[in-house]
Amino acid sequence: MIAMPEPDRAVLARRAEIVAALRTIVPGEGVIDRAAELSAFECDGLTAYRQPPMVAVLPGTTAQVVEVLRYCAMNGVKVVPRGAGTSLSGGALPLADGVLLGMGKFNRIREVDVANRCVVAEPGVTNLAITQAVEGLGLYYAPDPSSQIACTIGGNVAENSGGVHCLKYGLTTNNVIGVELATIEGELLRFGGKHFDASGYDLLGAIIGSEGMLGVVTEVTVRVLPKPPGARALLIGFASVEGAGACVAGVIGAGVIPGGMEIMDKLAVEAAEAFVHAGYPLDAAALMIVELDGCEAEVDALVAEVEAIALENGATSCRSSRSERERLLFWAGRKAAFPAVGRISPDYYCMDGTIPRREIGRVLRRIEAMEGEYGLRCANVFHAGDGNLHPLVLYDANKPGELDRAEAFGSAILRLCVDVGGVLTGEHGVGVEKRDLMDTMFTEIDLAQQQRLKCAFDAGGLLNPGKVFPQLCRCAELGRMHVSGGALPFPDLPRF
Amino acid sequence: MSTFTPSDARETAETVAWAAAEGRALEIVAGGTKRGLGRPMTTEHVLDVSRLAGVVTYEPAELVLTVRPGERLAAIAAALEAEGQMLAFEPPDWRQLLGSSGEQTLGGIVACNLSGPRRLRAGAARDFVLGFSAVNGFGETWKAGGKVVKNVTGYDMAKLQAGAYGTLSVLTEITVKTTPRPATSCTLALAGLDDEAAIAALARGLNSPFEVTGAAHLPARSARRSGVGAVAGGAAAVTLLRLEGPPASVAWRADALEALLGRAVRLGDAETRAVWRELGAVAPLLGPGRRVVWRLCPTPSRAASLAGACRAAFDSAEVFYDWGGGLVWLALDQAEAADDGGAARVRAAIAGMGGHATLIAAPDSIRAATPVFQPEERGVALLGARVKRGFDPRAILNPGRLREGL
Repeated sequence: MIAMPEPDRAVLARRAEIVAALRTIVPGEGVIDRAAELSAFECDGLTAYRQPPMVAVLPGTTAQVVEVLRYCAMNGVKVVPRGAGTSLSGGALPLADGVLLGMGKFNRIREVDVANRCVVAEPGVTNLAITQAVEGLGLYYAPDPSSQIACTIGGNVAENSGGVHCLKYGLTTNNVIGVELATIEGELLRFGGKHFDASGYDLLGAIIGSEGMLGVVTEVTVRVLPKPPGARALLIGFASVEGAGACVAGVIGAGVIPGGMEIMDKLAVEAAEAFVHAGYPLDAAALMIVELDGCEAEVDALVAEVEAIALENGATSCRSSRSERERLLFWAGRKAAFPAVGRISPDYYCMDGTIPRREIGRVLRRIEAMEGEYGLRCANVFHAGDGNLHPLVLYDANKPGELDRAEAFGSAILRLCVDVGGVLTGEHGVGVEKRDLMDTMFTEIDLAQQQRLKCAFDAGGLLNPGKVFPQLCRCAELGRMHVSGGALPFPDLPRF
Repeated sequence: MSTFTPSDARETAETVAWAAAEGRALEIVAGGTKRGLGRPMTTEHVLDVSRLAGVVTYEPAELVLTVRPGERLAAIAAALEAEGQMLAFEPPDWRQLLGSSGEQTLGGIVACNLSGPRRLRAGAARDFVLGFSAVNGFGETWKAGGKVVKNVTGYDMAKLQAGAYGTLSVLTEITVKTTPRPATSCTLALAGLDDEAAIAALARGLNSPFEVTGAAHLPARSARRSGVGAVAGGAAAVTLLRLEGPPASVAWRADALEALLGRAVRLGDAETRAVWRELGAVAPLLGPGRRVVWRLCPTPSRAASLAGACRAAFDSAEVFYDWGGGLVWLALDQAEAADDGGAARVRAAIAGMGGHATLIAAPDSIRAATPVFQPEERGVALLGARVKRGFDPRAILNPGRLREGL
């Protein structure tokens, strides 16, 4: 288990006073301090880690958010922001000595601006609600994490969430054009807006994906896109995962960028089929779902091209959706894959590494071998087009040692991802979960530079500490120049 | 004044470490084509990274290209074209606009976050930077991001590095996402619309499901300067919408778009390439006489009123629109623009329209006397200054290029 920072006893001793002060800012039921009610916030989607917060605050106005942060900054109290709590990396895991700042009451869409193709939303609006607000206009919001029915746009900004369509349409960072951010010092700042690009440093780009460590987002402006005129999905079965992996490389190499390209292995297909009855082929070792969008002539041509590439790579079956209902059914199994796996195992641990696509087959074989080494099963569901894997390690938390084995298995998978040229997380974030693996990708200097950015926003280290960085450094130490004038290598001006 | 020409990342780091220790400011250049962009600097030495060149790896099937920053853009474009790929953000060629010569490099394009007409749909340069290695102002070599297309491990430092004009770190290696080239392209040209009607037509096109990848409007005066006959010949304003993709799809979408927007002249693939290259290069405003050129990024739907306000403020104002109105290029006679390049009146015009105005082409004296980049809100500016200190506490990397004191 990964250790969280030691609680500050001085803060804990002042709990009653802190709760009272917060009640003057957020009156009524917006401040929660009873143990029974706090347990509702004790974990997010990474359920292996649980910790009730010292107190939970559910502000209803931006002014309250600002005041709460200002109070916490002045009193040295830590703050963990939370959206819907669907993070799979423990990004919203509370701290025993911290305020849990729930943004759920910010659930209004403030503006739909058709002429500029954007929507201004409060951070607690769900991802799907944004698309629902504009679908009557033929528009939609492209990033679509599987949790889109529940996850909030504020959480998406914090985690730079992806989804099945980001190969073609980008992640959150490519689709969010503005935010309003409350700093820990209680200042309200705007970054971006309805216009293109920034003048000056692209701090909007740095804020998106910063896992709640740079500020609290109080408003989000997203770009919405016209829905493609048509889309069709293909279900392609393969006798081996290598064949499926080679097919992915073949499709991209041929210059086709599908709207989505997913692979599920046999175990995941069985679980999903039993749950959703999507008509998945149960005899395949790997199932690929490819969605091709565009006008009819284009979709027809792309479907034919992908089918041909699939057959070259040993596809054993290939079905094309014949109606919009069927297309959605093909996706329903994929989108429900996590809960479906939840039905066949008491617990599962979801990993999120990204690898170069050419390594897909090899990495899946290696994961299969690891199942024996760790004595646990693993179902694989992944965004194949992006090379973004979601191995689901199945375990039972009630069996002694299984959680530890699951974590060790997960870490081994992520190390493997980095070893083959990939990264620790494609879309779920580092959070608590992958924090202690950061040194497999980054040097101390790399991590220090990232923390210097953190220091510019939050010098006191009060926002979501214990996440992302294996060791939080003091800002003063990070700012020190480790050089002394004149003592360095060049007595004369060097000319290389 | 000395020019340092390191041959690799290690020598670059040693040079910067020395400069940091001595407190000597460095101007970072490679091709030197954008030295006239941003605020003029008074740096002691030049750090020329043009020897940090070459492709490190290019894997077309991964859509990933890693190069050193001094690699020439023309060489990159050729290598990508050979594999049927491209940089989707369509890096523009501003050499004529800036009155410079020499070779553009990817490092320069990324450092300035410059994107062309397709930025509207595909995203900006910053959206394509997957990872990088760099030397910070401490003289330390560091890296961020990765070499895969989807990655959220750690803060997204690539966004910060793109568009920082070299004030945070010196790039030593850049990984970008590449994109398959469309098989063909076509442009619909609508004649004779006034600015307001043109912006509305572009919005209708962009709101349609027909995947418009370029949306520009040239008022009659700037249309006449086009080298493409179909654009220049009509003696009228021209509104342009680009479609790209497989031939059957482009033809179908062109019909659909014409049904939506009315009769249009169609430009074929070669003319389409030529006209959008011109627009990226701001060619329609490169007239005779001494001019200053501004780049305005308003809320797209406000573009025509912004241009109207600029015309009301300056007799010599000439504009054209790109990005469906999200980009307004403005040229002013230098004499009328006066000492501040027209900054006071241009920024008064854009105030309230959300967005920013950047003085792109003007003599050093004007760019030294006026904020070249849009002044930021106080809190954002203070934050930016703190960010800068975290990368380059002695302010030795391109100091003052973005803003005074940064």
